[in-house]
Amino acid sequence: MRINPKKCVACGNCTYVCPMGAIYIDPLLQRATINRDECVECYACYNGLSKEVLPPATVRFVRRTLANFRVRFEPEPDVCPTTAFEPDKLEWPRVVRRAFSDPRVPHESTGVSGRGTEEVKTNDVTDRVGIGEVGFTIELGRPGIGARFRDFQEMSRALAAVGVSFEKNNPITTLMTNVETGDIREDILNEKVMSAIIEIKVPVERCEEIIRIVWDVEKRIPTQVVMGVGVRCDEDGEEKIVLPILEKLGYDPQRAKTNIGLGRKVIRDLTNAAPVEAFKELENA
Amino acid sequence: MTNTLHRYGKAETFVDDYIVFSLPAKSKMAGQTGDALAAQKRFMTIASQYHPVSLGDALHGGALRPTKSNSIFGHWGKRNKPNLRKVLAGMSKAGTMAAVFDKRENAEAFVKRIKEEELGISVNISSSIENAKNACKVAGIPRHSIAYSLGFEHVGDNTPGKQAIMLSTMCGHGMVSINLAQKMMSFVRENRRSPREAAEAMSRFCSCGIFNTTRAKRILEDVRIGVK
Ligand code: SF4
Ligand code: SF4
Repeated sequence: MRINPKKCVACGNCTYVCPMGAIYIDPLLQRATINRDECVECYACYNGLSKEVLPPATVRFVRRTLANFRVRFEPEPDVCPTTAFEPDKLEWPRVVRRAFSDPRVPHESTGVSGRGTEEVKTNDVTDRVGIGEVGFTIELGRPGIGARFRDFQEMSRALAAVGVSFEKNNPITTLMTNVETGDIREDILNEKVMSAIIEIKVPVERCEEIIRIVWDVEKRIPTQVVMGVGVRCDEDGEEKIVLPILEKLGYDPQRAKTNIGLGRKVIRDLTNAAPVEAFKELENA
Repeated sequence: MTNTLHRYGKAETFVDDYIVFSLPAKSKMAGQTGDALAAQKRFMTIASQYHPVSLGDALHGGALRPTKSNSIFGHWGKRNKPNLRKVLAGMSKAGTMAAVFDKRENAEAFVKRIKEEELGISVNISSSIENAKNACKVAGIPRHSIAYSLGFEHVGDNTPGKQAIMLSTMCGHGMVSINLAQKMMSFVRENRRSPREAAEAMSRFCSCGIFNTTRAKRILEDVRIGVK
């Protein structure tokens, strides 16, 4: 990402908007500037800020004048008043930053393959995680910290060392040079991303072991780890196997994603279905 | 990235926060057949009848989106309001489609209705474990699978910055920065913006449309008067 210095009026809005805190107003240049090493190419600035077209030279003049009266130029906080952001053409390896950080990026365009599994979100159709199994999503980088691939490698190596196998279709797995050792491509180890997920599936008996490994690695890496622990419920919709393990380890889970089991192999044919109307007053809901 | 699971906060802070989303099983191995987009359009249209806070199409966005003005007068113009109709009209490809509810009765009634529709598309509830359990009970369905969120559940009640993290993590993709959340908290405290304006400003960054402005407003009201 870059900021066009001819357009920027140094209003400072974008310095708050960047999830990585990578934008600052350079005191010498008097323009917003991006610390490229910290920027993860998430495009929150470019996609998220609303765009206005105030004339930069006039705005700078007005700002200077108003400042003499201690009056501040204050555009709406989610706006770049001069549309100053301009995406760079990203080359390898920098392009991996965007692949893992911009939720809207078309994955194919980045050279990083794999999208990850749908975890247990479609388990009612895929049966990916069966009774007696646990699907882990081990995510590094939240909230708003970011992580480098060398941090992921620390985690993947530790997991590989105990013989865990990684999900084939997961983008981090596809960036490994050796899935037996958990080694990740050397040329991307310093690349930083917003967050990314290592995905594994293990028998329930290994649940505690895996969590302890994650705890151990987390102490050594300069970011945080959150986990999704995916399990199949029993016939009554209860889950009495993994929760006690988590509680024994000191967790007190509050939040979850619950698959309610409505997925089928064949989606309903709606050709002759009675139409449904959208609610009338949809705006300003 | 998983966008709805890891919202920061204790179970009680999700009292007005239910994300009900649908998605097709995309892998070939899954062998799912049929018109997923048509089913998802029906899912979202029905959701619109249950007073959602937002509808979100992960590909195109939610009810509040960033704007672009071509005239300098845009700077002084009114900000856009949430527009659910635009979300419904814009769905062009099956993917993750979400409805966000702030009232238990609406979320539960929607889940019950969607069960009766038998669309065959996978549906998940992202909320507190109890909220989802209750919704399943009302609909008379056993839960199929569950993914616990671990890592954010040890929320110290007085952790400084806790509310900024609660606001920021409502976009699981990290598009709502913690610094922006803090700025909006300050704006509300100084009465430079209303909680609604501040919540809507943050919501425009959430490109999947799952940011819950009702929960955000409630958190910002607390921030204003110093409730931790
Ligand atoms: S929001 Fe735009 S004008 Fe303001 S500092 Fe950032 S780039 Fe410059
Ligand atoms: S692309 Fe993302 S990380 Fe980079 S400057 Fe913009 S908001 Fe910050």
